[in-house]
Amino acid sequence: MLSKQIYDVVVVGSGPGGVAAAIEAKKAGADDVLIIERDTELGGILLQCIHNGFGLELLKEDLPGPGYAEHFIKEMLSLHVEVLLNTMVMDITPQRHLFLSSKEHGYVEIEARAIVLAMGCRERTRAQIRIPGMRPNGIFTAGTAQRWVNVEGYMPGKEIVILGSGDIGMIMARRLTFEGAHVERVLEIQSYLSGLSRNLVQCLQDYNIPLQLNHTIKRIMGKNRVEAIEAVQVDEKWNFVPGTEEIIPCDTLLLSVGLIPENELSRKAGVKLDPITSGPYVDETFQTNVPGIFAAGNVVHVYDLVDWVSEAGFSAGKNAAKYAIALRNAEARYTPLVAGKNVRYVVPHKLDKSTLEKEDVRLQMRVTRPIEQPVWVEVHDGENLITRKAERYVRPGEMVTVVLKTKNYADVAKSSKLTIDINPR
Amino acid sequence: MAEEVNFICTACPQGCSLTVLMENGEVLGVTGNSCKKGLDYAHAETSDPRRMVATTVKIRNGFHPLLPVYTERPVPKPLIPQVLAEIRKVEVEAPVAMKSVVLENVLGTGINVLASRSMPAKG
Repeated sequence: MLSKQIYDVVVVGSGPGGVAAAIEAKKAGADDVLIIERDTELGGILLQCIHNGFGLELLKEDLPGPGYAEHFIKEMLSLHVEVLLNTMVMDITPQRHLFLSSKEHGYVEIEARAIVLAMGCRERTRAQIRIPGMRPNGIFTAGTAQRWVNVEGYMPGKEIVILGSGDIGMIMARRLTFEGAHVERVLEIQSYLSGLSRNLVQCLQDYNIPLQLNHTIKRIMGKNRVEAIEAVQVDEKWNFVPGTEEIIPCDTLLLSVGLIPENELSRKAGVKLDPITSGPYVDETFQTNVPGIFAAGNVVHVYDLVDWVSEAGFSAGKNAAKYAIALRNAEARYTPLVAGKNVRYVVPHKLDKSTLEKEDVRLQMRVTRPIEQPVWVEVHDGENLITRKAERYVRPGEMVTVVLKTKNYADVAKSSKLTIDINPR
Repeated sequence: MAEEVNFICTACPQGCSLTVLMENGEVLGVTGNSCKKGLDYAHAETSDPRRMVATTVKIRNGFHPLLPVYTERPVPKPLIPQVLAEIRKVEVEAPVAMKSVVLENVLGTGINVLASRSMPAKG
């Protein structure tokens, strides 16, 4: 079961942004840090990015994605961050309550003094770029194919066409070639490459995979399985150029046509999104418009380097911890006033302890049931009696008053909560 | 007769466009690089081009059916298909620790193939 009901910092997502945030939140002094992951293990999408090139900036080492993830996961676990796997965050409120669902724990509500959103991003799909034609089997986003080939051990097909020159598409062109598929070509609607130039060299040119700029797909052919695509050249306004159509036989089409920050949860929490990035508006501490809710990594905007995602996570985590600690200190100024034995409620509900240094504070309450005999109205901190008042009887219709005096300040200052009980004398 | 060769440096994600002046297989000069890595890359790329190779091997009793692996250093580019064929023959048993050697001295290159991550046993 979860160790706490209230955490200093809760991180949603265990990719590089989330893990970095959890690490830095702990280092900045947050007591209880919880990281929530919906998958069966920590690491996020890095686990399927088995190619090298990660960590050159931050670790001065050329690591594959899973190795980069493991480096920081190890550090996070050594700092005793609490981990919750197989758990989906269903909802977040602006008051920073989180509603979680998992097979192991069921439906659970927890509270956080600060939250770091680190849900990453999603791939743009066929529906979002509106490719006409049939709707057969064999159309994948590049990331789905990546998960199949690198983690689960399935090949998406044998004759491949890739639409979009994003990094994942180019990396999958090489990867599928390694695994024996034939990548016919990569089509890019823009007049320039959308991914990194180094990937053009080491993923496409090294393996003689042609890249066609200013080209897109006019339609997809095939009833049950992709049988071919019709490629076409476009002009500068992306209109098809008549007469340039070419039918390319293939059994698989991969889409590498962009990533969109994943902010369904952020919206529920009242986080305002920038229509250009599709991510939250943030300040320099990575705080969103909702106080205490921070965001880091690809959920804010899509990065090209994981090292920069980690750096954003460090910053968001540190600032989330600062926020949580300030809130915790503010909470410590107050002591709650709890209705105890035969007390229905007490007003005020909480007390700023420092008030008692200067002035008396009157507590008023109603009893649950009448006691027609002399009673004590007792205020205690769970162990020690702080003050008490005698009454000849108590009745629900008649409000009961007890006064905390300035001389009680020393006792009250030490308390974490005050309970009021009414007992027969 | 000196000739100019243009290519993109892959030493880091910046992807500088390099121009290398060559004569009889010798590098006379490099421009377009923004650091020393680019200079080294230009020399290597024109004499002995190398690439990191990352792929997967089968793993028995693992949390996943595949273990991602990588060459600890870049291997000669022309050898990549053979390196892949050698790695394909490897099958390991879970659990495996990150960076443990999965295949030693692949094709006599002096380069080991390492596990990209730790892989716990199933269940």
